[in-house]
Amino acid sequence: MSSLIKFKIDGKECMAEAGTFIVEAARQNSIYIPTLCNMPGLKPKGSCRICTVRINGRLMTSCTTPVADGMEIESGSLDIIELRKSIVELLFVSGNHFCPACEKSGNCELQALGYLYQMMVPRYPYDFPLRAVDASSPKIIKDQNRCILCKRCIKSIKDEDGKSFFAFRSRGNHLEVVLDQELAATMTDEQAELAMQNCPVGSILVKEKGFATPIGKRKFDKQPIGSDIHV
Amino acid sequence: MSKPIIATTSLAGCFGCHMSILDIDERILQLIELVEFNKSPIDDIKTFTKPVDIGIIEGGCCNSENVEVLKSFRKNCKILISLGECAIMGGLPALRNGIPVEECIHEAYIGGPTVQLNKDHILPNDDELPMLLDKVYPCHEIVKIDYFLPGCPPRADLIWDALVALITGDPLKLPYEVVKFD
Amino acid sequence: MEKIVRQIIEKYGSDPNRLMDILIDIQEQYGYISRDAVALMAQHLNMSQVDVEQTITFYHFLSTRHRGKYAIYLNNSAVAYMFGRQAIKDAFEKELGIKFGQVTEDGAIGLFDTACIGMNDQEPAAIINNKVFTKLTPYRVREIIRHMREGKSLDELMNESYGDGKNQHPYLQTMVSSNIRRKGMILSDDYVMGKVLKTILPNISPEAVIAEIKHSHIRGRGGAGFPTGFKWEFCRKAKGPKHYVVCNADEGEPGTFKDRVILTEKPELVFEGMALAGYAIGGDEGILYLRYEYRYMKDYLESVLKTMKEQNLLGDNIGGIDGFNFDIRIQFGAGAYVCGEESALLESLEGKRGEPRDKPPFPVEKGYLNQPTIINNVETFATAVRIIENGGEWFTQFGTEDSTGTKILSISGDCMFPGVYEVNWGFNVSDMLDMVGAYDVQAVQVGGPSGTLIGPDEFHRTLGYSDLSTGGSMIIFGTQRNLLKDVVLNFMEFFIDESCGSCSTCRNMPQVMRNKLIKILNGNGVKKDLSDLKEWSKVLLASRCGLGQTAGNPIVSSLKNFRPLYEELLQKEVEFDEGFDLVASVQGSCKYVGRVPKFHHHN
Repeated sequence: MSSLIKFKIDGKECMAEAGTFIVEAARQNSIYIPTLCNMPGLKPKGSCRICTVRINGRLMTSCTTPVADGMEIESGSLDIIELRKSIVELLFVSGNHFCPACEKSGNCELQALGYLYQMMVPRYPYDFPLRAVDASSPKIIKDQNRCILCKRCIKSIKDEDGKSFFAFRSRGNHLEVVLDQELAATMTDEQAELAMQNCPVGSILVKEKGFATPIGKRKFDKQPIGSDIHV
Repeated sequence: MSKPIIATTSLAGCFGCHMSILDIDERILQLIELVEFNKSPIDDIKTFTKPVDIGIIEGGCCNSENVEVLKSFRKNCKILISLGECAIMGGLPALRNGIPVEECIHEAYIGGPTVQLNKDHILPNDDELPMLLDKVYPCHEIVKIDYFLPGCPPRADLIWDALVALITGDPLKLPYEVVKFD
Repeated sequence: MEKIVRQIIEKYGSDPNRLMDILIDIQEQYGYISRDAVALMAQHLNMSQVDVEQTITFYHFLSTRHRGKYAIYLNNSAVAYMFGRQAIKDAFEKELGIKFGQVTEDGAIGLFDTACIGMNDQEPAAIINNKVFTKLTPYRVREIIRHMREGKSLDELMNESYGDGKNQHPYLQTMVSSNIRRKGMILSDDYVMGKVLKTILPNISPEAVIAEIKHSHIRGRGGAGFPTGFKWEFCRKAKGPKHYVVCNADEGEPGTFKDRVILTEKPELVFEGMALAGYAIGGDEGILYLRYEYRYMKDYLESVLKTMKEQNLLGDNIGGIDGFNFDIRIQFGAGAYVCGEESALLESLEGKRGEPRDKPPFPVEKGYLNQPTIINNVETFATAVRIIENGGEWFTQFGTEDSTGTKILSISGDCMFPGVYEVNWGFNVSDMLDMVGAYDVQAVQVGGPSGTLIGPDEFHRTLGYSDLSTGGSMIIFGTQRNLLKDVVLNFMEFFIDESCGSCSTCRNMPQVMRNKLIKILNGNGVKKDLSDLKEWSKVLLASRCGLGQTAGNPIVSSLKNFRPLYEELLQKEVEFDEGFDLVASVQGSCKYVGRVPKFHHHN
């Protein structure tokens, strides 16, 4: 039995089933709330903080917070947008994101958010951290320069026993996502392809494959991210 | 009123951004009507001959000469624009950032797989050569930059629209297609 | 090796939720966790190897590389530096010929930095193979190393007298001192073990216990200040086959050490409080999550649990109450400040990386193993016993209207008598400074690095949830201290080291802010830097947990209350400076190619 509840996003009356996460409830009401770490079908973790909204004066992630009856959600205000933009900029400076040299350019969700918020230059100094590229596994390349630690690969790419191919290593600003050497040897083409697809940036690439779609004809080259949702 | 004066330079860049300036096609004729060029590879004027209104910088700073040129642009131009990814974030030359400069030089002149002729392992150290910086710096981490036009190269339309907006004082419209990082 | 590792895994029922115990045992057995051990764990716990490693690499005291037969962890808190930490560090490095972060070639001795080990009242201090060495001097360092080289046992190395109070207990025998300077209801000597469990609980219902706790208006002593009675009530009402009581003894906020003292001097009171809570919420299992820095208390606390069990204060039908069963086990952390955050603590309890969970759901609904769980501070459980013993009404006579009862303060830094002081809430900072003999005070850090740095014009303020809220850490800085360099920078480094890394904000922003602070300290600061710092710090408020949200506080709060200290470092009449240094930036390349840097100064 569905139980529809009413709530508001930026003053607009919305309806969704009780218990739906805000980001999804917003989508059902044609409102786009940007996400990076969130992926339909995976347990949300609220780690990129891009989908932050304000509810009752408190900042909450809309990928992990269910809508409640009468809830008033602030998502499109200037300071929330500014916050999201600063997070995008923070992600850009804390990795090595060389868009011109990246296979994912045009299909990259981080870049697409840079476009959405018209990031002309990040306000923070570039960090240029020294990061490794791991090409040791047979199927994929794991480029740590571009990884934004969203955990999507960790959560979604598992073998038939449910063991994770990917996992975190270390913590804080030393945090990285690494690939299990032993399992990597068993990775199928489908798993490799899925890993690349699920990566929002260009950190996971399938070997010996690239630029199938030319730059200029890619997902976010002509249309902003979220334009399929927002009316 | 006299025409605004423009100067341009390419630091650690590939001249692709300058190509993109030329890529405004026939509007170049309009541009010549609107502005006067001073120091620039486009007209081959080597030194500043008068105060400049708009300085356009392509490329980041990878050596001491880049820094010197950038500083002279800051001194001689009222407004500075970082044009393209290299000026904005170092771009492809900055792929070496994070790797110690010693390793980079070693790779380029001694240890790299394509180094064959340099049998005596000579390293470039003539005083006339610019000195290599520890990393490639975005221009705005060295001098104050007023505007940024991203892209590799920035789309010709973006360059045109930005220059026109700057010269006429009209607000700059940024259609989605023109702001790109690739 | 295989046999021993397998035994360890089996000892914990091959349960992935007990991965922390397994890892700690292996680390202690071998001094590190080898690849082979990782492979064995992965195999027996049905995980991938990287999955095992992601837990190992999260915790400071676990390592996949050998840490040495003697692993020396020297505290790097701001107060340690104030009391000579640099000289101790230098002495260790000189004596061993290695740097911190390294192990001697023979694998005998390793040197490591570690965040506040809860000994701020007796710094500089180090942990060596789980034993704490306090009040170190360069002479002692040389002696310790010499004795290690001679093959003496660690107990022999502790050739000084043991600390005060229970620290001399046969199961403790540690150099640590409790330094109790002022007693109240918690530290008081009139506590009689078991009185509440045996004589009061048989006469009141769990609901009545909760009503009494609510009536007392006690709020959580860990710092967040959630009303304890409500927490217990929510948990009691939450549905689930099991309900858990967790005691948070992960006091990692630099400058706090009161839980160390409570657990040393009054462990029975804490355990009785946990059992009391178990009775109230209908749970039969309690877990004390104890920070690894306090591993030296393990045997002692286990002996206390054993005694209490023998006296029917734990176990089955406690106090003769039919069906009131409650047991407590100790779960150690392994070095992660963030695990003091209750949901990160739960993750750690389940053998995982200590990454905070998203809320809702709250632990009272879905906590340990997804069951309703209360997590309270050591001090809260101890206080709850006194409340039930004397009544909620009695409790409200202490403290203020919105902050009832007493608070144990951990006071350290520039004062005559560092130690723990139990005071009524409502105490003001000025009186506190006079109480501890602190003169020429420049600033007080209230509530640790995540709290507030206040100056003399705010010393009239009072301690309480509505004014200066604190989990108890009070660090005093005299006028001789360089607040920005010695304190604020140290605190920022602390947050950078201790972020779990999950949120983009907390993983990156503290470092951006730290770099800007360094730029200002280096003389490259301009006016805009100050507004940038203030503005940029706001991003942190979007972090998931308290660590992230407060990780900019050292800068934010010093910028607010000590702005002139920043301003006097700024360049006058310079509007732009991003800290670029041409001369410095060409040194490396010029040296490598063999040329002398020359700089032209023409236009």
